[in-house]
Amino acid sequence: MQIYLPIAEVSVNAFLLLGLGGIVGILSGMFGVGGGFLMTPLLFFIGIPPAVAVATQANQIVASSVSGVLAHLKRKTVDLKMGTVLLVGGVAGAAIGVQIFAALSRIGQVDLMVQLCYVLFLGVIGFLMFVESVRALRRSSAGGAAPPPRKHRGWIHALPFKMRFRTSGLYISVIPPLLVGLLVGVLAAIMGVGGGFIMVPAMIYLLGMPTKVVVGTSLFQIIFVTAFATVMHATTNYSVDMILALLLIVGGVVGAQIGTRIGVYLKAEQLRVLLSLMVLIVCGKIAWDLLATPAEFYTLGTPGAAH
Amino acid sequence: MIRLIVILAACLGLTVKAGAETVVAGLSHDAISITTNFEGSEILIFGAVRRDRPPPEGSDLEVIVTVEAPARPVTVRRKARRFGIWMNTDAIEVDAAPTFYAVAATGRLDEVMTATEDLRHRVSIPMAIRAVGTGVGDQDTFIEALIRIRTDEGLYQLNEGAVTLRDQTLFDTAVRLPANLVEGDYRTRIFLTRNGEVVDAFSQDIAVRKVGLERWIFNLAHDRPLAYGILSLAIAIAAGWGASAMFRYIRS
Repeated sequence: MQIYLPIAEVSVNAFLLLGLGGIVGILSGMFGVGGGFLMTPLLFFIGIPPAVAVATQANQIVASSVSGVLAHLKRKTVDLKMGTVLLVGGVAGAAIGVQIFAALSRIGQVDLMVQLCYVLFLGVIGFLMFVESVRALRRSSAGGAAPPPRKHRGWIHALPFKMRFRTSGLYISVIPPLLVGLLVGVLAAIMGVGGGFIMVPAMIYLLGMPTKVVVGTSLFQIIFVTAFATVMHATTNYSVDMILALLLIVGGVVGAQIGTRIGVYLKAEQLRVLLSLMVLIVCGKIAWDLLATPAEFYTLGTPGAAH
Repeated sequence: MIRLIVILAACLGLTVKAGAETVVAGLSHDAISITTNFEGSEILIFGAVRRDRPPPEGSDLEVIVTVEAPARPVTVRRKARRFGIWMNTDAIEVDAAPTFYAVAATGRLDEVMTATEDLRHRVSIPMAIRAVGTGVGDQDTFIEALIRIRTDEGLYQLNEGAVTLRDQTLFDTAVRLPANLVEGDYRTRIFLTRNGEVVDAFSQDIAVRKVGLERWIFNLAHDRPLAYGILSLAIAIAAGWGASAMFRYIRS
């Protein structure tokens, strides 16, 4: 069933959009990533103008994150205090990121910068996560007691302004979470994604939060950052397509519910292996696009648009 | 009063190229509504040639039909390999290129119309694109790329031989409009040519408009963007909450 999108001004198959929303929703619920890093390239691929794709998927991520967070709140796996600290950093970061993005558009190299950011961050994070989680999986399957939870001693604990995060079982300074939020906010604004795929590993490896809490907390922070982005896009670029968003949302919220339940049955290490593999695949695809000789050397764009 | 109009019309009819051939044309649509399930449209363009005397000997009448969507500026970028990766290195800004353009003719375009007439009436696809000096040396290759990409997408169509002309009098053709149409007035032109020279031309606009829900959403997004953004958010949050509540209900 073809459907005409009023803002994107293209006609696409409604079931294709529902399906895309569903698949990305399942992944979102399982891993606590918004799925923007998958959805944005997929929407480009089916012919949605980039500006509309970026803005609309921000709106879609709000819905799937709300759905996911509610499921996590029920299971008490959201650290609201940590989420709020990350959010403060995130909003500040997003504001900085928007300025960097505008500067890059003026030079005309936004596309390349976004792609390089994807390859760099997805590659490094995917690789580190894959190595670490495979090692953890091997340890747990080799029998014996599970390894003791990672304890972060050293520089992170030497910082001032300590705060107790009861849900995460942490007593650390607020500076690292603020910086993580800030960095994720900057990258989210530049790359046009929620930033979950950066935040999840940062929370696990930098802040030492338990994996079970990480997913819900990351979704909580993403809701607010993407809601902010949606309104910004709607008021400055008029590029949020309500019909496109609605179709992606319907697929996405159902997918997120299913994904959250699948996540319960998988071990944390297995989840991390799968997430890291997915991140590496997307990274590989984007790197290939940069390296392979393109079939068409020319591309068309709208003057003044970001991409 | 009626008699006066009849006389006036007769005078006008005579003064417009007395003795020459003129087009009487019709379109199957004079308006296209973009609804939510819009899948593209096919317009039938037909007509007849009116003449007061037998057609001149020694030359054939040819018909050219064009349909042109509103023009918009376009940036054409070219990739080149730098440090092993492909990146955009050059770009030109085309001032105005139609978002859709179709040309149909009874024969090969360069045979049914001279280059001078093409230049005057801007009929062929390259003529429809307006790009003034951009400072890039090989500007033409960028324009060619623009035409190539849009032709592949079905947005630019050159249908030589697609106009049927019967007995040098009746002609018809069909133009397929794709689903990804942009709103605006689509100018439809019909040219009659002999020996490559235009003997008569006809022009009519087809209004392509969003209607219903499409119209409402588009207007809201542009007229009240803040309300639109907040409404989008509200839908997202409600859908997220609704799905969560529904799944809880199913499980319990």
